[in-house]
Amino acid sequence: MLEAIGVSSIDALFEPVPERVRLQRALDLPPAASEPDLMAHLAALAAQNADATRYAVFLGAGAYRHVAPAFVDQLLLRSEFYTAYTPYQPEISQGTLQAIFEFQTLVSLLFGTDLANASMYDGSTAAAEGATMACRMTRRDRIVVAKTVHPHYREVLVTYAANLGLEIVEVGYREDGTLDTQALEEASRGAAVVLFQYPNFFGIVEDPRPIVELARRAGAMTVAAVTEPVAMGLLAPPGALGVDIVAAELQAFGVPVGFGGPHVGVLAASEKCMRQMPGRFVGQARDTEGRIGYVLTLATREQHIRREKATSNICTNSGLMALAATICMAAYGKEGLSELARLNFDKAHYAHAALAGAGLRPRFAAPFFNEFVVGGLGDAAAVQHRLLDRQIVAGLPLGPYYPELADSLLVAVTEANPVQEIDALARALKG
Amino acid sequence: MTTPDRRDELVFNLTSPGRRGYSLPARDVPEAPLEGALPEGLAREAVEGFPELTEVGLVRHFTRLSTWNYGVDTGMYPLGSCTMKYNPKLNEAAARMPGFAALHPLTPDEASQGALGVMYALAQMLAEITGLPAVTLQPAAGAHGELTGMMMIRKHLITRDGSPRKLVLIPDSAHGTNPASAHFCGYQVREIKSSPRGTLSVSALAEAMTDEVAALMLTNPNTLGIFEEEICEVARIVHAKGGLVYCDGANMNALVGRARPGDFGMDIMHLNLHKTFSTPHGGGGPGSGPVVAIKALEPYLPTPVIVATPDGLRRDYDRPLSVGRVKAFQGNFGMVLRAYAYIRTLGPDGIRATADNAVLNANYLRVKLRDDYDVPYDRLNMHEVIFSDHHQNAHGVTTLDIAKRLIDYGFHPPTVYFPLIVHGALMVEPTESEGLEELERFVEVMKRIAEEARTEPGLLKKAPVTTRRSRFDEAAAARKPVLRWKKE
Repeated sequence: MLEAIGVSSIDALFEPVPERVRLQRALDLPPAASEPDLMAHLAALAAQNADATRYAVFLGAGAYRHVAPAFVDQLLLRSEFYTAYTPYQPEISQGTLQAIFEFQTLVSLLFGTDLANASMYDGSTAAAEGATMACRMTRRDRIVVAKTVHPHYREVLVTYAANLGLEIVEVGYREDGTLDTQALEEASRGAAVVLFQYPNFFGIVEDPRPIVELARRAGAMTVAAVTEPVAMGLLAPPGALGVDIVAAELQAFGVPVGFGGPHVGVLAASEKCMRQMPGRFVGQARDTEGRIGYVLTLATREQHIRREKATSNICTNSGLMALAATICMAAYGKEGLSELARLNFDKAHYAHAALAGAGLRPRFAAPFFNEFVVGGLGDAAAVQHRLLDRQIVAGLPLGPYYPELADSLLVAVTEANPVQEIDALARALKG
Repeated sequence: MTTPDRRDELVFNLTSPGRRGYSLPARDVPEAPLEGALPEGLAREAVEGFPELTEVGLVRHFTRLSTWNYGVDTGMYPLGSCTMKYNPKLNEAAARMPGFAALHPLTPDEASQGALGVMYALAQMLAEITGLPAVTLQPAAGAHGELTGMMMIRKHLITRDGSPRKLVLIPDSAHGTNPASAHFCGYQVREIKSSPRGTLSVSALAEAMTDEVAALMLTNPNTLGIFEEEICEVARIVHAKGGLVYCDGANMNALVGRARPGDFGMDIMHLNLHKTFSTPHGGGGPGSGPVVAIKALEPYLPTPVIVATPDGLRRDYDRPLSVGRVKAFQGNFGMVLRAYAYIRTLGPDGIRATADNAVLNANYLRVKLRDDYDVPYDRLNMHEVIFSDHHQNAHGVTTLDIAKRLIDYGFHPPTVYFPLIVHGALMVEPTESEGLEELERFVEVMKRIAEEARTEPGLLKKAPVTTRRSRFDEAAAARKPVLRWKKE
């Protein structure tokens, strides 16, 4: 091969690199490990982690452990899916393209919206892009965000907005954990958009209709962040309640919590948002024989065509995780998701009662789905630390995010927590 | 005999009331009363439109979809700039270990030392590979890394000078994400023309470089597969005016173990773990776009940063100059873990060999095909090579036709019509994963297609003919977009 190319050595192939910056030594990296040795090394590292197979875990806060059917992961391992890339060549990518079309449909049905895109990185970046999209559409530059939106989502929003000249106003919560609508009314005057979470960060099911109504009167759009989409089995979808844009995290559908990623974000919205949406769309098309198939479409919004005038810089998104969510949503089906949601609701309410029975103080009185806040724990972080010894990860200490809630834990309970775990948590928190 | 064929149906049309494809854990708590437990009028009993299928029905549907797809495991996938190398199976097994997959992202530091250890170790390896010591693993993809890197530059300039400056210079050969990322970071973009040699024009740069310019964003090797030979001079010109150089690391796979961006004057860059470090592309993600930078930019890294302390590793949030958080939690850990496994299995010699073989393969294709296809920049290239359809145009054949005909011969087409500065570009990146036999087969097929273009161009115009679907009317699809299924 070298002879055909006309060079004498591999080194010579790198002659275009100026000699003084060519690396003259081997990289200082660990020596090559064989497959079994590496797996043993990784197993040892994995054993240092308090994962849900060895611990009773009550963490939620934007990443939820649910029991997905075994075939979801088996199908994800079909390598025609996972070793492909963005379906630029539709004739040999109908599998990926049709799956995305089904994803866009399932997400639209789930949230009651006209349409959905092909996925975003995660819920937090979807929320930030949803809010900035609303600023473009309303030609206004103020974003009103509820303090009951996931703290990480709010932080990402601040990061994104900082360079775009957008102003962010936070609106607090009332004693019962719901959005302070009076403060919202004030803040939303002249605002581009109101961003709230459904159910909110405290797990509270808040009625979106008054929020939508207030925003509309102020000429602002609404973005609902959804971090626990399983709730949609039990709750009226935001699109049907007049919400303009839904920025969701769909990890709950067949994607492992996996220490934070990859997860799968998505933007779903009303028709009027179509040409301002970031990210990819798959649309139906006909081939030269008139047969129906699927292609990437509306690409003139995107960076590879529009460059700096694009609706976003996003390129690679979360294709494989969107496939997991697609399969999982299809598996739950029309009634299964409601059954799953109901089981989550029941377990969380059982846990809520069990913890109250153990003398803990539920922090908020408003309705909740599968997550709630308990207070009166003194230093909640210390309590969490103490329970690790009993193989329990007891929810999220809220102090770092809400100093006024430093005595509180955010506790998530899903169908993956057996009743014995819940009872053990109640006993441990009591003792 | 014809039988009804439902194999091309949407999942929504395969539904049958009452079928189920899932099972839930046994109910071990009583039902909680729903009345009064939700706000009035918010209850939902079913998700109308969601399909109802059995497990086998679902498995057959999605397996059918997989067979209508093409991946690296199917065959050669020379999609330039995307680095479609083989994805080692070990990495998939590693990522599925329960100790990692079932680990919640907000698990306290003390109870996630193994996962933090993987992140810390990968960060150190990436610093060594690039010569850039400040690392974040948080960005979710390459473009997200670009945005993060540009934010760090912006924050640095504000801190240093009190102003972020206004402009970002970008060569006309750049990926579209570069100008989009600069724009989303609040910058105006000015394009710099490439020289006839296919590299950044140093004189054009010198002219454009003023104290209004925050940064130059460039890809090296560039999108023509050419190493920017005057890179040190380029960096000097930018630095002399107080600007920074952002390197798009999409093509780092050409340089691993051979040259380090930190050594040739790059201040900050992102890496695509899904390109250089073999994590699967997943049909369009997930990616992972770590950012590496010079020490002076370390204070601006997004939070959290993984730091080593006497009590073990921890996530550090107390970073007053940080650009802030760019993603929930701490990055696409599953991709970080796969990349870590990849580097550990290769070691220093193995990883350098990936760059060597990638460059060898791409140069081999250039010399083998240059009699049949126009090579706009016929010189030593790095990991990819650009051809054009210039010769074939005489027969009415375009790049699109060549690409579609390749499908009939069992190959995934190269990247087409990019970079924009080459008319009818075919951007071929074989990667190190292809052996000589496969390269020879690709050469033979490309030569045959060149011959067909001369003798039977109609064959190319009709291609592909071996696929489940032929060419689509994409313009019609965009005019009247149908973006979802709806119940009849």
